[in-house]
Formats: sequence, C-alpha cells, structure tokens
Amino acid sequence: MAKPKVAFYWCASCGGCEETVVDLNHDLLGVADAVDIVFWPVAMDFKRKDVENLQDGEIAVSFINGAIRLEEQEEMAHLLRKKSELVVAFGSCSHMGGIPGLANFHDKEEIFNRVFKEVPTMDNPQGITPQLHTPVEGGELTLPEFYDTVKTLDQTVSVDYYLPGCPPPPDLIMNAINTILSGTLPVRGTVLAPTKALCDTCPVRDSKPDKISIRQIKRPWEVRLDPEKCFLDQGVICMGPATRSGCGETCIRANMPCRGCFGPVDGVIEQGASALTMVASLLGLDIEETLPEDQEKDLLDSIVDPAGTFYKFSLPASLLRRKRL
Amino acid sequence: MKKITIDPITRLEGHGKIEIFLDQSGEVNQAYLQIPELRGFEKFCEGRPAEELPRITSRICGVCPTAHHLAGTKALDDLFKVQPTFAAAKIRELMNSAFIAEDHILHFAFLGAPDFVVGPQVPAADRNILGVIDKVGKEVGSQIIEMRKQLRQVLKIIGGKPVCPTCGLPGGVSKGISEEERKTIQSAGEYGVEICSVLLKLFEDVVLKNQEYVDLVTGDIYKHQTYYMGTVDNNNLVNLYDGDLRVIDPLGNQYARFRPQAYQDYIREHPEPWSYMRFCYLKDVGWKGFVDGIDSGVYRVAPLARLNVAEGMATPKAQAEYEKMYNTLGGKPAHNTLAFHWARLIEAMYACERVVELSSDPEITSEELVNLPTNNPQEGVGVVEAPRGTLIHHYQTDNKGLITNVNLIVATQNNGAAINMSVEKAAKSLIKDGEVPEGLLNMIEMAFRAYDPCHACATHSLPGQMPLEINVYNNKQDLVKKLRHGRE
Repeated sequence: MAKPKVAFYWCASCGGCEETVVDLNHDLLGVADAVDIVFWPVAMDFKRKDVENLQDGEIAVSFINGAIRLEEQEEMAHLLRKKSELVVAFGSCSHMGGIPGLANFHDKEEIFNRVFKEVPTMDNPQGITPQLHTPVEGGELTLPEFYDTVKTLDQTVSVDYYLPGCPPPPDLIMNAINTILSGTLPVRGTVLAPTKALCDTCPVRDSKPDKISIRQIKRPWEVRLDPEKCFLDQGVICMGPATRSGCGETCIRANMPCRGCFGPVDGVIEQGASALTMVASLLGLDIEETLPEDQEKDLLDSIVDPAGTFYKFSLPASLLRRKRL
Repeated sequence: MKKITIDPITRLEGHGKIEIFLDQSGEVNQAYLQIPELRGFEKFCEGRPAEELPRITSRICGVCPTAHHLAGTKALDDLFKVQPTFAAAKIRELMNSAFIAEDHILHFAFLGAPDFVVGPQVPAADRNILGVIDKVGKEVGSQIIEMRKQLRQVLKIIGGKPVCPTCGLPGGVSKGISEEERKTIQSAGEYGVEICSVLLKLFEDVVLKNQEYVDLVTGDIYKHQTYYMGTVDNNNLVNLYDGDLRVIDPLGNQYARFRPQAYQDYIREHPEPWSYMRFCYLKDVGWKGFVDGIDSGVYRVAPLARLNVAEGMATPKAQAEYEKMYNTLGGKPAHNTLAFHWARLIEAMYACERVVELSSDPEITSEELVNLPTNNPQEGVGVVEAPRGTLIHHYQTDNKGLITNVNLIVATQNNGAAINMSVEKAAKSLIKDGEVPEGLLNMIEMAFRAYDPCHACATHSLPGQMPLEINVYNNKQDLVKKLRHGRE
C-alpha cells in the first residue's frame, strides 16, 4: 500500500516550528518511514512545481506553520490547500497570528518607515524602501508584496485541525501525526491538544487560593518571583486561566508566567478578552466595596499595554484583529 | 542578456533567491542574493513592556532564540542599570555556551560535512547527512544526535524550553540550577568535548589530508579581504557572551575596540530596493558597494571573524586547535570563507569546554538569582555573540518602561554584503561563456553555506539535498535551460 503523502511548509515564521520537528529526535525517523514526505523546503529537494504536478487532494495532510504576511505565503497556502485532503495549522502563528501578528498594531507604511528610514543606524538619505520591481542592469529584480495586515492561516484557506503552541511540543506533534495516520479523525476544527486550561495543570496550582485579590499589579522584574506560588496571587499577570494546556507548563517550570501561546480553551473565541476579564475581576476583589473610584482606576491603569499583553499571540485571530486602517 | 535564477534557496528561511545576470559574451555581469522576508519587529515591539522583549524577540529566529533572548536580557540590564548577580551571569553564559555548541555542531554535521566529508563533486544524492553517516559510520552519526539532544536538554533545564527560552530578567534569571541538574549539565558538556574532538579529528583526516579540499579552502574562489568584528575579553581572547567589540582591518591591525553601547559610532546600515535585508558596513570607512578591501566598509562576523579579531581561545583544547588552524592557513587574518566551517568546530569545542568550566563552578547552583532593579528605565544596549555573529539589541523606553524605540542589528545582517559578494565571486569564477557546468550549483551554495546564514533554519536539514534550481533565460526572458540538482 502506498504511504500517505505529507507536506510541511513555512510562511511568516522563525524556523522554531522546524526545530521542534527535529526535536522529535529518533521518532522523526519513524515518521519518515511511515509517510512519504512530498514537500518540505527545509529538508527535501521538492519544488513548488512538484506540488503543482500532484493531483488535487493527493497529499494526505499538509502541516503549515507561520502567519500570512507576504503575497508568496498566501499563494503557497492556496496551492497546498488544493492539493491536500487535510490542512493542519501548525503553531501559534498559523493558528492565531502569533508574535508577528503584533504588527497588526501598525500598517505597512509605518513598518517600512521604521525599519528602512528611522532606525538610528540607517543611512538612507534617499529614503529607499524595498520595491516589488527593481530595474537593474540586464533585467529586473522582484520581491513579493508585503501586506498591511497579518492573517492567520484559516483567514486565508480553510483549515481542518490546529496544533497550538510556540512552538508545538514534540509529544503533541507525535500524537497529531499518529491520530491522522490511524484514520480515527476527530471533528473537523479540533485543536489537537488537551481541553483543560493551563491553570488546571499548573505545577503550583495547589498554591492558588480559592479567591485571589490583586491589590497591586506587579511587573515580573518588580518582585522576587516565588517558584512555589501562583503568579496571579503574587500580583503578576499570568495567562494560565485563559490558555489551553498541553505545553508541559514549560514557562511556569522556568518560574515565568504564561503568555498564552497555546490560545484559548474550547468554546472561547476571544482569548484576549477572556484573559482581560479574568484579571480585571481579581483587581481589589477583597476591598471592592470600599475602594474609591479613583484608586480603582489607578489599579486598572497599572496594567500596562493591555492589548499587547492579553493579545500577545492572538491579535490577528481576535475580533479586534488589527488597528483601523 | 541572460538571467539565471536560483529560487528558492530553502536554507534562507524558504525565502531566499539568487539572480545572476550574464553579459553578451556569457560572463557573469552581476549576481544578487535577495532576502524577501520581513516581519517588522523594530516597529511592533513599540509600546510593549520592556521586560517582555526577551520573550518577544526570541521569535525573530527559532533557530537562534537563545541568542536573541540573552541579547534582550542584557539590554534590560543596561536599561535598568542593574548588574546581574554573579550566579545569574554565569547561568546565562552557560546557556549561551550550550546553545552555540549544539547549533554549531548541527550546522557542521548536516550542512557543512556533506560538502567536505562526502565531497563537493559526488552525486547530489549522496551529498547529505546520510552520505555523511555512510562515510563516517553510524556510531559517529548517533553520537552527533546524542550530543545535540543532551545540549538541548541543558537549554530546557535553564530556560524552560529550547524554542523559545523564557528565563531572562533584568538583573538576573528567573530560575536556578539544582545540584542534580548541574551534574546533568556537566556531563553534557563533557560529552560535547569528547564529540568535538572526534569531529575535529575527522575534519583533519578527511579535509586537511585531501589536497583537493585544501585547495578549495585556500583558493581564490572563496576568498574576500574584509574587515572583521567580534567580541573579545580583557585579554583579547574570544568571548561569546560578554566583552568589548573589536574590529580589525583586512591586514589584521586593530581598527577599533569599543563597548557595545557605542555601536552606533561604528556601524551603519545600507538599504537596497531589491531586498528586505539591510546591509551593515563600518561607518567611517563608508559604503563603497559590494566590494572588499581596506577602503570598503564591508566587514564580516561569525566564527572565522571572531577568531580573526582575537588573539586566542580561553580554553586549552580550543586554543590548540586555534593554533593549528592558523598555522595551516598561513597566519592571521584568514580571509578564506570556507574556513568558517573549521572555525565553527573550534568554537564548538570552546563552548563545550566552557559548559564544563561553568557547570563545575560552585557558584552555578547559587540561589542568588536576581538583583531587583531600582533605577528608572531609559535606554539600554545588549550584545551577545550568536552562532552566526554579533547580535545587538538596543531599547529605549518611557518612564513606565514601555518601549519607545527598538533597533536590532542581527547577526546575518552584518554578513549580508559579504554573502552577496561571495555568491557573486563564486558565480563569476564558475560560469564561463554562458556555460553552467555540472557541480556549479553546489559550488555556489558553498559560497553562502559557509556563513550559515541566520535564516538558515536549514540547520535542521534532514536526508535530502538543499534544493536549488537554476533557470537560464535568454534576453527575451524565455527559459532556455533548466538545471536542478538533488535526488531524482
């Protein structure tokens, strides 16, 4: 029997999703035996043309990481969708926009101005910025278009499953591959990770009081972080209650608060709003009745950069989506 | 006029492209390496709390997130004018050392070795990691995988996860090292030293005893006389975590030596309309185009550059290898681009020796992990040596510690101009009369592969060949010839 064909592709990403696949170590060799990898630019000698030559739906599953930032990435997403029976959005950027999605607080012009004109080491008296077409001696050089807006994969093509995380941990990758290979497919749209919130699997969960009241928001550098104690109970913003588990609590185990890369739990669309509501509800909870209004406002204001904090990995996927153009 | 396109070069984050233009007589007129990739971190970091930047900027590159995390963390130290505790500084350097060792070895084994250990001229189907394992034996192959695995475990112990770490704070780190973890780290370092010895011996046997390879390394195709920059300690020895930046001219004389905070006095960036990359050069020498020599501000960074600017290595085994390399290459500075591979192995040895030294230090298990900042944040610069060269993070904030300005000089950017020149020189040397001989593709690849370009997520190359395609167009843009290599 022919082995199922599998493709891996990267869009606006950092290569961390490729590193995490290599971190499968010996398991990767097993995967390479069980499937026929037909496209993986980082590792294999197959071209866009080779993908174009496949029948529609011939690829069993395409794992696509990275957000959609450039024209070329959008084209590749459409091509792989057409050729694949299943498409898995792999990692935070593909799933929700990820860190590159923070660029939706700006537009193309602002980004180009900063990067190519304003940075202090730039020497650019002519105001040169990258061009789609540049005539040079003997011909022309071209670049793919940089869009104003970062999109998630499912805002670009239809997506069957999601593998969350920045990056997805190797054990979830293996589970996803085994699930797909075994043919026992979950409901379309499933996020291939546990359904509990991170808070429920947190190693310092027992230290979390039934009722947390935050009298003052603390930045991580303002306190000596106690590795045995719930971050929220220390006044430090942690996305744990609003974030899906499955990461192995790696940041918490390094004594740093969660930043939400796994996205919301099932049934929640807006991770940022859910986290914001959660934190706001804890502010001065035990002194709510007696807290003067101006102090309540000060408390709220002590959350610096709420949009960048609560939507750190999910801005393009949120209802806010981007700054108004 | 003909145009040759090499697209895509997947080891440049899947988005690299080489364009070569031939003149009427079929000689190479110009060649360009384009980086059509941009995400705009300098802009969207604005407004974020400064302490988040080590965790945000590590997403610039998932191959070298540790370097970005640490450059960012050091920028926070400078921003808040707080010194890390002794233990924290050592833990950070330990982390950087383990990272550089695993990354260098991955590059050597998966990217460099196929060209040398297997050979630049052998059929492409054998020129990959499997070919390397065939040649060196399964035992060495599995030792390399084991070494990487153990060193990645060190990164997990210290930083939570290898991609992307999370432990950096102004004035320290969030998590300490237990005695049990210390032993694991020490043993990973010792194993690393052992495997680096094996690989350096292999390099000697396979490359240095083969005249054909020695000619390639020392020949003119892969040579550029440029300035070099890297970090040195007080004794002018290579340091990958902290020190002064030192620049030497193409003759080997010190051109500058400065604290990282002064980087703006020395470095400038030049834009080109045909690339999303910005090209660095030495400010006072000036931008003279994509040319080498003492009058051109083009400089190089990364392993060979670091060894060139230093007077030696701070650990014994690496020092012995350092001496051997310069004896073989005929003194310093070495301008041979392919010697970056050799320097990379020597640095990996140094990094493993440092892992052993630091993990044997009684202070490494100290619980004095952080000095809490007391000053108002304003402006800070942090520099580390990433595997692929000097990495500079520069932050400014408002009085709440929210970022107002960010400037980033990323390792490969420093080498950007030189990589272009190397590709062009290789193309000019190899393409004659419009002919594109067999073996050309890999020879051009070798010109930039030596630099291990930072978007080289290619370091995770698996069995297979770096896919390159050359399309030859006539002056009407019709495709007249198509060549590709790799597995058929």
